[in-house]
Amino acid sequence: MDKSVADLAEAVAPITDGASVMIGGFGSSGIPFGLIDALLEQGATGLTVISNNAGAGETGIAKLLKEGRVARVICSYPRSPGSIWFEKRYEAGEIALEVVPQGTLAERIRAAGAGLGGFLTPTAYGTLLAEGKETRVIDGKGYVLEAPLHADFALLRAERGDPWGNLSFHATARNFNPVMAMASRHAVAEVRELSRAPLDPERVVTPGIFVQSVVEYGVRP
Amino acid sequence: MTVLSLKSLTDAELAARVARDIPDGAYVNLGIGKPTHVSAHVPEGREVIYHSENGILGVGPTPPAGEEDVELIDASKRYVTPAPGAAYFEHADSFAMMRGGHIDIAVLGAYQVAETGDLANWATLDDKFPPAVGGAMDLVVGVPTILVMMRHVNRDGSPKLLKRCTYPLTGLGVVRRVYTDLAVLDVTPQGFRLVELTPGNSLDAVRAVTGADILT
Repeated sequence: MDKSVADLAEAVAPITDGASVMIGGFGSSGIPFGLIDALLEQGATGLTVISNNAGAGETGIAKLLKEGRVARVICSYPRSPGSIWFEKRYEAGEIALEVVPQGTLAERIRAAGAGLGGFLTPTAYGTLLAEGKETRVIDGKGYVLEAPLHADFALLRAERGDPWGNLSFHATARNFNPVMAMASRHAVAEVRELSRAPLDPERVVTPGIFVQSVVEYGVRP
Repeated sequence: MTVLSLKSLTDAELAARVARDIPDGAYVNLGIGKPTHVSAHVPEGREVIYHSENGILGVGPTPPAGEEDVELIDASKRYVTPAPGAAYFEHADSFAMMRGGHIDIAVLGAYQVAETGDLANWATLDDKFPPAVGGAMDLVVGVPTILVMMRHVNRDGSPKLLKRCTYPLTGLGVVRRVYTDLAVLDVTPQGFRLVELTPGNSLDAVRAVTGADILT
């Protein structure tokens, strides 16, 4: 089996207009900058972006927002220092925003990947973010029913990968990448080092079954 | 006005005051902003394990200049190092630690705290200001001891400690204790109860800038 592809352009070629795209990363860590740049060049637009943040400065998701490629953002923390392009698009009413508590975001993504129909979480019970959602009281504690969150594609960043799609990560660059690999129909991983030899099975964090293509991008941001 | 006549702790003094109450062996999550300074003030001899929701348990000190790793950060997006015994993990595991009751203490900032323990720290009423919830709602439902550190009043002098929050809530009845620059208050079933005043402040002066009763 060989899931490796020659370059970033080939890796993002299947992404179509209007697709939902999960993008790994938290802050500046674990973001697939190479794949995002390739997606910009590729031209897909009207995207739904699912990510923890909504980009900062002029790179990554901020660049997708700047170029008007994003119709909808699902995230937990859109506002960060330097998130100017998100703020511009949001204030102008050019993008739809769904704010999801961070743990609920991770678990909705995991639930999708694990084939679950949803889960009950105490997070957000009694708050604005639970309005209109089904609730349940179990042993005196309130819970909110949350739905799984699927995506057409996931763009991931990992430290090492092999042709089988196995991935290992570096420090806090792991974050949302493993769950997003599970929840998307087509997960693309940018890896700093693509090993031709198989990774040590004991070191594999994301098993290759969740990954559809791997591309080497040696730049560490 | 009134505020000017009150004795106010600096941010560092406030962080040191909170740090005094963090026991040896605790697993602690520090919210972004002011709470991140607490770790620098924990008394010598206590081992505290810091959790950061972006996937590290055992957050260590800032690396020396030139040795920063852009893929090794805390939830405030600051460069960090792993402390001895640290572990990295993915987001679903990280929030299982928070929601699942494994973290002992969280220290959070707040816009408002109500005498019922309700916390508002994620959204204001300004439509133009996009809300950003992050991990706050997950922390308050899962961590048994929620400590808030904040200024006692807003810049315009209006109270942040209230009978009921006016901003959208992060969680209901979740705050255990509030540390402000003017006083330390416990949240009890009867309301705010005074733990201590910043030296130099009278209870009446602090009551005058508090939007709820303070029991003694």
